[in-house]
Amino acid sequence: MILVWLIVIPFVGGLLCWQIERLGDKPTRWIALVTMLVELLISLWLWAQYDFHLPALDGSTTQWALEFRVVWIERFGIDFHLAMDGLSLVLIALTSFLGALAVLCSWNEIVRRIGFFHLNLLWILTGVVGVFLAIDLFLFFFFWELMLVPMYFLIALWGHSGSKGKTRIGAAIKFFIYTQASGLLMLVSILGLVFAHHANTGVYSFSYEVLLETTLSPTLSTWLMLGFFIAFAVKLPVVPLHGWLPDAHAQAPTAGSVDLAGILLKTAAYGMMRFALPLFPEASQAFAPIAMGLGLLGIYYGAVLACGQQNVKRFIAYTSIAHMGFVLIGIYSGSLLALQGVIVLMLAHAFSAAGLFVLSGQLYERLHTREMDKMGGLWGRLGSLPGFWLFFIAASLGIPLTANFVGEFMVLFGTFATAPWVVVIASFGLVLAAIYSLILMQRVHYGPPRSDTPLKGLDAREFAMMLSIVVLLIWLGIYPQPLLDTTEAAMGEVQRVFEISGAPERGVDAGPGAAITLMPEAR
Amino acid sequence: MPVAVLIAYLPIILVAATAIAVMLGIAWRREHAVTVAASVLGLGLALIAQVFAWRVIPVHTPLLDFDGLALLAGILILASTLVCAILAHGYLESFHGAREEFYVLLLCAAAGGLVLVASRHLASLFIGLELLSMPLYGMLAYAYHEPRSLEAGIKYLILSAAASAFLLFGMALLYAQTGELRIDVLMASLDSHTGIWGLAGVGLMLVGLGFKLSVVPFHLWTPDVYEGGPGPAATFLATASKVAVFALLLRLMLSTPVAQGDWLRAVFTGLALASMLIGNLLALTQSNLKRILGYSSIAHFGYLLIVLVVADGLAAETGGVYLITYVLSTLAAFGVVILISSSVSGEDAAALHHYRGLFWRRPYLTAVLTVAMLSLAGIPATVGFIGKFYLIALGVEAQRWWLVGGIILGSAIGLYYYLRVTITLFMAEPGMHRRDASDDWGSRAGGLVVLAVAGLVILLGVYPAPMIELARALGGITIR
Repeated sequence: MILVWLIVIPFVGGLLCWQIERLGDKPTRWIALVTMLVELLISLWLWAQYDFHLPALDGSTTQWALEFRVVWIERFGIDFHLAMDGLSLVLIALTSFLGALAVLCSWNEIVRRIGFFHLNLLWILTGVVGVFLAIDLFLFFFFWELMLVPMYFLIALWGHSGSKGKTRIGAAIKFFIYTQASGLLMLVSILGLVFAHHANTGVYSFSYEVLLETTLSPTLSTWLMLGFFIAFAVKLPVVPLHGWLPDAHAQAPTAGSVDLAGILLKTAAYGMMRFALPLFPEASQAFAPIAMGLGLLGIYYGAVLACGQQNVKRFIAYTSIAHMGFVLIGIYSGSLLALQGVIVLMLAHAFSAAGLFVLSGQLYERLHTREMDKMGGLWGRLGSLPGFWLFFIAASLGIPLTANFVGEFMVLFGTFATAPWVVVIASFGLVLAAIYSLILMQRVHYGPPRSDTPLKGLDAREFAMMLSIVVLLIWLGIYPQPLLDTTEAAMGEVQRVFEISGAPERGVDAGPGAAITLMPEAR
Repeated sequence: MPVAVLIAYLPIILVAATAIAVMLGIAWRREHAVTVAASVLGLGLALIAQVFAWRVIPVHTPLLDFDGLALLAGILILASTLVCAILAHGYLESFHGAREEFYVLLLCAAAGGLVLVASRHLASLFIGLELLSMPLYGMLAYAYHEPRSLEAGIKYLILSAAASAFLLFGMALLYAQTGELRIDVLMASLDSHTGIWGLAGVGLMLVGLGFKLSVVPFHLWTPDVYEGGPGPAATFLATASKVAVFALLLRLMLSTPVAQGDWLRAVFTGLALASMLIGNLLALTQSNLKRILGYSSIAHFGYLLIVLVVADGLAAETGGVYLITYVLSTLAAFGVVILISSSVSGEDAAALHHYRGLFWRRPYLTAVLTVAMLSLAGIPATVGFIGKFYLIALGVEAQRWWLVGGIILGSAIGLYYYLRVTITLFMAEPGMHRRDASDDWGSRAGGLVVLAVAGLVILLGVYPAPMIELARALGGITIR
């Protein structure tokens, strides 16, 4: 039942915000913040309360720590089926933390229609939490599409219109059409899977556990896998399908960017690990080289295009594409170490990208521009803000002590056994990461100052926000073991399914558990 | 006459009796409110009778055949007529001229629809179709002092008459070929004796029915007529009239033996793809909400034609579910347009700029229109998603990949204009308060009905089991 509450709380909180608006701005913001903090506390309490590293010894029944199930649409065997394991728990905790951050960072930025703004913000999080919990494919798709609508409103109504005819509404519609159309492909795949199962057994079911057992012909399996992959690839985004991301980021308000980069992109990686790989292990195995190639393409494409950007938020958007390239490689490597690395990298990217977006929002509040050619020489004028910039840029280029380093290292190390050349090429991408990160820092904060008047420094709210992310990044960078313990069972399951599919080459076989526990000490 | 037959006929009898009673009542004394009350009462009773008729089906008579499909379509027709009548009350309050005759026309058309969906004989088919169309001419041109309304009426009159002529000619050819007027026998005997004339007959009938359904390439009248006609008339045209014609086509296809209808299926596939793509593409550049709804209905019937192409397995159930979702979403959308247009006489407020920033003045009404648009676009948590889910399921099950691709492409294109309408509602635009719903819209019958419809759109979108059961119980019976 607590799982239902996780979905209901932000939903009701959103409705409350809408109605409370008439009492004034402050109560609305506080209600939104309290809602997200309650959500965060619940997920932390669950973390403490339940044991998430139960290995699924018999390989089936006790995969979930918590489960909730009622019949929903009997005709097609659709259940309202929520379940939680370590992976979903970590991502829900991340969602609620970034949700609170999104509320905080719009404290001064959003001044109009606050109630409706927070309604949309909280409903996005409702949808995302639903995605992370749903274990019935119909329900998953339901939430997957549902989170798009409020995001669309967030970009279209509170966004910024850019230059050269790039309007916020255009960006919002582009975002929506990309994701919705690819989502329909996934729906076709889901239905294909369900009907294949129906043809085998004569029973309609959308249940994840039931459909895992479906036997498919290789051709059908490949096509269905592609349907899922494309839907997730659009959201991740993987390079040829990334067209919506830079526009959406550039035009979205800060809170929208934080949610988009921090959470929405993660739903795609989650979908791949939870659904695309386990449902179609053989097809995914066969597809892995292409997926890794696309990941490599993303790393270089994102890095090279980032160097040419003038708009700070577009810049960060392209770096996200590069980071997601590593995530994609890790997911398809099929080794436990890399999959665990993907989790760390996802969290690390969520924190560092969210931090950078919040910082550029704060910069905008002071300078009223996002164009880099109007910045430069800000180091001495902004108090402690440039210091935080430097930290987050260093984190995003993957410097040791930050979680990004742990994540990238684990992904590359874990993948090396299966695909050494991919790792070699991807490692050169890290050099590019250093280059673009330094370019960003250089253009914004160093160089000759445009004027000598000091700008307003960080106030307590902004300082606390940034500091909390810094602490999290460093904590995960130094001691990621609690996180790894939590997700190990879930990732082990993914890796097991992937391996059973009969790959001749295996991932790091004996060592993954040992390697993980040794990791922190090794550095 | 056995009791069962009487019960099955009761809804038609009630609607026709109400029409006559209302007509006589008008001759005696003009009272708008009383006329509306009588019409609503009659329609409500007919709706209840329709539900009771469920117990006696199937009932076969020489001309009419009451089965699950006829009953489901009848319920939809009666319900949407009821909504139209209630909305017309508020709409016609500010109308200069005779108001009461509108309800006579509405009731006659509803009776025609009921006959059409139950017809098993070409004679009853034609009577039903004409009884459905003729009153529509009058309803569309009802505000005849508005040039656009008159234009809509005349346009529909001329094109509809031409379509009827096609239909009649087709029937004549088929009769000459087979010597048969009963539809099921006719369709079954098509292939064994089909000569060129038989094919031509079926083709001509398709043209006639395709026109009423406004599938591409017979769609040209739709946007103009939707735009020009008074709101309640356009609503009736978009919901009850289309449901009736589609139910008839579904009956035709279901009674065609599977092996014999191959070329017919190919034709429907072509029509379906053309409708969903062209309908959506043409809607992109429109800036008038009623025109957008017109094009959107073309696209939706394009999607729906998949049911006719497959005509097997899940098809009847899908048709039932999708018709319910389409009717609910369309009623909600048109309902808001009518409420906004009600306050002042003259042309309907349908231009998109009338709706700019509506949210900040009328949040709940905007919520209704938003829900309707999202439902038409097929977004989860609205009933439209369930309909789209069913259609894609049907296409996947029958492995009609072209049509599935068409739905996906069409939906992606369609999103653009549905979202454009939606976002317009939320954009602040000072000084654009020219058209607005009356302040007490929410406490009037029309407002309550629209809210109820929107509530149903959400409710059935989140918990669709009752709707699915209904469509299964009623729509499934036709598959034998």
